[in-house]
Amino acid sequence: MGFMNLFKTILRGEWGVHPADHKRPAADQSLRKLPLPPRLHLMLSQHVGAAARPTVLVGQRVKKGELIAAAQGNISAPLHAPTSGIISAVGEITAPHSSGLPAMAISIDVDGEDAWCELSPAAEPFALSPAEIAERVAAAGVVGLGGATFPSSVKLNLGRRSGIDLLLINGSECEPYLSCDDRLMRERAADIVSGIRLMLIATGAQEARVGIEDNKPEAIAAMREASARYGEVTVVPVPARYPMGSDRQLIVELSGREVPSDARAADVGVIVHNVGTAYAVHEAICLGRPMVSRILTLNGGAAGMPGNYQVPLGTLVSDLIAFTGGVKGQVAKIVMGGPMMGSVLPHTRVPVVKGTSGILLLDAREAAAMEPENCIRCGSCVKACPMGLLPLEMSARIRNDDLDGAVDIGLTDCIACGCCAYVCPSHIPLVQYFYHAKGDLSARQRNQLRGESTKKLAQARQERLEREAREKAEAAARRKAERAAAQATAATGAVKQGETV
Amino acid sequence: MTTSSLAAQPIASPHAHGGNSVTSTMFRVQMALVPATLYGFWLFGWPSFFLWLLTILSCLGFEALSLKLMGVTRIKRTLFDGSALLTGWLLAMTLPPWAPWWVAIVGGFIAIVIGKQVFGGVGQNVFNPAMVARVALLVSFPLPLTQWIMPLPLNTVAAPDFIHGLQIFLGNQAMPDAMASASLLGHTKTELARGIDLLHSLSGEHGALFSLIGTRAGSLGESASLLILAGGLYLLASGIITWHTPVAVLAGLAIPAAIGHAVDPAHYLSVSSHLLSGAAMLGAFFIATDYVTSPNTGRGQIVFGLGIGFMTWVIRTYGGYPEGMAFAVLLMNALTPVIDRFVKPRILGRDRKGKPLDIPESKGA
Repeated sequence: MGFMNLFKTILRGEWGVHPADHKRPAADQSLRKLPLPPRLHLMLSQHVGAAARPTVLVGQRVKKGELIAAAQGNISAPLHAPTSGIISAVGEITAPHSSGLPAMAISIDVDGEDAWCELSPAAEPFALSPAEIAERVAAAGVVGLGGATFPSSVKLNLGRRSGIDLLLINGSECEPYLSCDDRLMRERAADIVSGIRLMLIATGAQEARVGIEDNKPEAIAAMREASARYGEVTVVPVPARYPMGSDRQLIVELSGREVPSDARAADVGVIVHNVGTAYAVHEAICLGRPMVSRILTLNGGAAGMPGNYQVPLGTLVSDLIAFTGGVKGQVAKIVMGGPMMGSVLPHTRVPVVKGTSGILLLDAREAAAMEPENCIRCGSCVKACPMGLLPLEMSARIRNDDLDGAVDIGLTDCIACGCCAYVCPSHIPLVQYFYHAKGDLSARQRNQLRGESTKKLAQARQERLEREAREKAEAAARRKAERAAAQATAATGAVKQGETV
Repeated sequence: MTTSSLAAQPIASPHAHGGNSVTSTMFRVQMALVPATLYGFWLFGWPSFFLWLLTILSCLGFEALSLKLMGVTRIKRTLFDGSALLTGWLLAMTLPPWAPWWVAIVGGFIAIVIGKQVFGGVGQNVFNPAMVARVALLVSFPLPLTQWIMPLPLNTVAAPDFIHGLQIFLGNQAMPDAMASASLLGHTKTELARGIDLLHSLSGEHGALFSLIGTRAGSLGESASLLILAGGLYLLASGIITWHTPVAVLAGLAIPAAIGHAVDPAHYLSVSSHLLSGAAMLGAFFIATDYVTSPNTGRGQIVFGLGIGFMTWVIRTYGGYPEGMAFAVLLMNALTPVIDRFVKPRILGRDRKGKPLDIPESKGA
């Protein structure tokens, strides 16, 4: 197996890129807690799945940690008040998305007391049953903090049902600029390990491996020390290379297993969770605290005080900037997330959500956009692609509106990691092409579904009309027959009468 | 607050770039050519410098003209991305150093207009522009394209001075017969045709040592194989090219050469003669590695390179022309789309045919 993997690595060559990491000086600052802003805005949809349903009324007083919106449906997550205060509005505000479109949110006027509601931590966390752990994690609103924001309890249950044997913990943090996972591992390693052990119970896996990129030696040391007592948790340094934190790449690196393109990680017996999620699980089970804040990195050339901050969910980015010394010089671009996969924010009056791993205030030099030129077919993108795709061929097909051609050569396998556009000497916005094509593709699929259902409806209507016509005709025929029969009997009756007369 | 209403352009991620650009790539390739070019100027004097200069100017001129005719608005930018300059430079490296001025003009026209712009400009051409021009010139004007001269280093008395060099270049001065010579490959081919085998024809001025240090008849790119190799190694080290193409080209040439030479040394040139003569090194490191006209994948480039090397050997050994690198490159250029169609990287999670991998039996599915 080991030899096969080595062979595979050589055959597949060097995928990915080595971007300048820009993690310092932010990574060297210890975690700081952000003061409470005057108002918080909690997006009802800040996870994968159905939006949460508000359970509070405007004017209602809430305590910190109190449920304010309940999960709806199988894949969803509840929301809790990040601090105590009064519900001031339930309405639309600008979503933290590059579109700048509004979405529903609950606004809270902060009272400044920050008083917790009554919490119910588990008395003996490690004696809980897997189902109980998943239930508490679901109730606490924990979602994947690596950026995917998939409800964690769903993944824990899925792991238990599909019989996984290996739990992978993603501490690679391969995005440049970001260091929130790094800081968390350095400062709260024991809590993360506790969360990992709870996840092991919940998923039924026997072993957990924590993958940390080797450019974070302090985090590796801290995690090794914290997990030394637990044989089932091992820390594995992985080479620093973007996108090491992408789940399929990390699974190959840590377990040697390759997830089939039409399957999920659980199908090969593994499941991946982020270190931040493990910490949130610990908080939810051992302290009974729902997810009301997250740790994020504030970084970029225009950030006044780059560093890692524990921020209440719903804090406006403008408040975050104001609390951290404002901006230095001119901000050219604001990015939520990392520079490789994050999205541009339309402005700063958008709230922090559960998936916000970082806020980057990029200055003019960092945000410089180059004019795209012709593709020179240098193949840099082919070498960089961690999925083994041909980005230049895909973009050429998309440019010619040949969506099927692009799908044929692997468009649907693209993870939008951005390696291709990062290395492109012609500055072609390849990822933009792929997003566009994927959007077109899903629109086409929707249209197809709509077309099919329209067709089905039309067919049903046709059948119904035919049936009705047939029934009408049959009824008419029956009536006619009855009438004829009645006339016949009447006639025979008359004849009989005549006979008798 | 200035940040509250940013007019950020709705551009998708990534919001970072590695800093690579077309211009910097082309510039590095040109840097890699500098040592061999300067050495060539020293060996062949002023006429070779004039030829080099005019070929490049001709390429730039025809590029500008084509862009203007096509209505491209960014002429200056496209002109100075370095691609036309590199095409001209590479073409000049393959011409006889004392070729007359009109060879440079016609060559530039064929390379840029016919070889590149009619296909749609940079990145669109199927064939290597420099090789299209080289082959077209060779087939159309065989005489000036096969007149090689013996090296006359600039410090020797017989070397033409600036004015004299210009006269030679402009064709006012006939080339002295004493200076005319044949390249190694041309020489052996002629001699073999006359019935003189290699054991006798390969002596004196065509010894192996001369190939190594470059003091022999040939083009600028042929003379100093070692300097070309050094430039090629620089390209490898700086990541502009990968090892696949050059190694495959040289292997494709060396393997049949080794077999042939072992079987019959009197009729088949040795491996070292093949590798150090003609355009082998220039072709392997600078011509075959052209991004636009070679396959995208490492495995595809190996197929491509082996094809070039082998066909070069076949043409050199059995063909009518002494040198076959340019023909071989063009032939394999034509096959590049086919290679790219069949040789693709394996997608993670799929097999080579693009089918999703099987889900392991033991796990739930």
